[in-house]
Amino acid sequence: MIQFLSYLCNGISLGSVYAIIALGYTMVYGIAKMLNFAHGDVIMIGAYIAFCAMQYWGFPPVISVIAAMVVCTALGVIIERLAYKPLRKATSLAVLITAIGMSYLLQNVALLVWGANPKSFPSVVGLGALSMLNGQLIITSETIVTITACVVIMIVLTLFTSKTKMGKAMRVVSEDKGAAELMGINVNATISLTFAIGSALAAVAGVLLCSAYPTLQPTTGAMPGIKAFTAAVFGGIGSIPGAMLGGILLGVIEILGKAYVSMELGDAFVFAVLIVVLLVKPTGLLGKTIHEKV
Amino acid sequence: MKKLVSVLMVFVMAMSFAMPAMAEGAIKMGVIGPLTGGAAIYGNAVARGAQIAADEINAKGGIQIELNAQDDEHDPEKSINAYNAVMDDGAQMIIGSVTSKPCEAVGAVAYEERVFMLTPSASSPAAIEGKDNVYQICFTDPNQGSASAEYIAAHNLAKKVAIIYNNGDVYSTGIYQTFEPKAKELGLEIVSVTTVPDDTATDFSVQLADAKNKGAELVFLPIYYTPASMILTQANAMGYAPTFFGVDGMDGILTMEGFDASLAEGVLLLTPFSADAEDDMTKNFVAKYNELYGEVPNQFAADAYDAVYAAVAAIEAAGITPDTPYEEVCELMIEQMQKLEITGLTGTMTWDATGAVSKTPTAVKIENGVYVGME
Repeated sequence: MIQFLSYLCNGISLGSVYAIIALGYTMVYGIAKMLNFAHGDVIMIGAYIAFCAMQYWGFPPVISVIAAMVVCTALGVIIERLAYKPLRKATSLAVLITAIGMSYLLQNVALLVWGANPKSFPSVVGLGALSMLNGQLIITSETIVTITACVVIMIVLTLFTSKTKMGKAMRVVSEDKGAAELMGINVNATISLTFAIGSALAAVAGVLLCSAYPTLQPTTGAMPGIKAFTAAVFGGIGSIPGAMLGGILLGVIEILGKAYVSMELGDAFVFAVLIVVLLVKPTGLLGKTIHEKV
Repeated sequence: MKKLVSVLMVFVMAMSFAMPAMAEGAIKMGVIGPLTGGAAIYGNAVARGAQIAADEINAKGGIQIELNAQDDEHDPEKSINAYNAVMDDGAQMIIGSVTSKPCEAVGAVAYEERVFMLTPSASSPAAIEGKDNVYQICFTDPNQGSASAEYIAAHNLAKKVAIIYNNGDVYSTGIYQTFEPKAKELGLEIVSVTTVPDDTATDFSVQLADAKNKGAELVFLPIYYTPASMILTQANAMGYAPTFFGVDGMDGILTMEGFDASLAEGVLLLTPFSADAEDDMTKNFVAKYNELYGEVPNQFAADAYDAVYAAVAAIEAAGITPDTPYEEVCELMIEQMQKLEITGLTGTMTWDATGAVSKTPTAVKIENGVYVGME
């Protein structure tokens, strides 16, 4: 039983990292209706910035995270301006390919700037682990911080999109760009803001990801990015609470699958569950079914 | 007139191609290894160690060596590109490839084309299997696995042993496959065997929890240092402190940027080279390496240094000159390597016809962030 609880904790820990990345994915998809495959690589850039700030410039962790958020926000807005905005009217396939290209560009720029040798990321949390039941069940402080950050971000984002004027503008843009424009909403500025928020979240996710799993290299964001995308689809892409739920479930399934089903098939198991969920509920767990009036 | 000019131009062009070959008095060796990418620490160490050896040999007068190091990013396909690049440049033999899979790929081509290869560090048996032209400076994987088991048993390090290996990698799997039977034979109890799918895996909680719950006192890690660094971090976070025992892939962990070396305290690893050895040869090498590159050389640098010296000893014995074509060099080297006995940084080495080396394995322990020799 304790064994199971311990696996469950590890699963939630892994899942909370997926969840925080998935929030960024779902945010951008929900508003701009595009899959930003470069999101995982923005995470990697964020982690590198925080790493440099801590290791080379000697900043304290909090300032380093803020520095990473600022750089990533700027990066997100620039990517949107240069790569996605000119394609606003293009087919979604063209945008998708551009996003994949952007992902490779970021990876290779990181390779050029920081080199290929993996770096070991120092944890920004730096507190001891929580030990329960005579040390049989251990929850690391990174897990607690990640889950807390995840819940806080989820609540803030939900409130932001439902209560504020900018947030309402985002929801309108997501429903109908043309109509939003006619109502006097600046669509481009709204989408830029979405990217800014999504990328700032990516920086936080990058720092937390590397604090929990400390190897940092140019491909660090790739696999977690794909898993988080899966989590976002699993929870219902576009839904903010769905991303969190999807991420945590995915982490738990992965760890339990590895522990009780097969060590080798841990990843395959995750995607198998995704397929089953999508067969039963094509919009994901918390996804809304949109009925369009004809 | 036009004809004359073009004939003249052709002649000038032909001369310009022929000139370097005539002017050069050095034997050309191609060095192939990952100078960038996830295994870059190994490739750079080899390129540097080989260069130090070449500089020493050149300074003595006599045989002159020219090295040409090419990057393969630890990728078999790119390794063949690197091989083609050094051969086009006129290499007479190859020092490399540094890592196993690329070495297997290059070895297959070099076998067909009759090019002699001496790999400092590609340890998979497949790197030399069926190829009479490929020789190793390092141990083969099976040798490392059984030697580790013998070492653990002989020094009474533990009774209950856990193994975490990468089942997507020939190197890691090869070591595991010889470690397990040998360990059982020597009365070690293997309580947990778990796997990682590849080097990009980041979560090892399940593997470590399994080892911890089954009471393993020693965890054998026949994997590279990148995943190993995560295993050490995560074991520390979950309050699990067994003895960790690695093989040569663990070498490099201390030079990983940002890694908290205190986590590696007490880690044992099987390596034929320890930088704190007291003999003059090691001291001289470590001092030179440190002066040139600002760090302590690892086993790969020492293997490469030995590889160049071994190659030069064989070249001398065979009377190879810079004009000897590579096919001929290959046959002469094969003949000489089997007769050779040479003492280098990594011990006294001899070779048999398979290309495998024989030398005694030793282990080092990490204490206060440096390797300390064990006996």
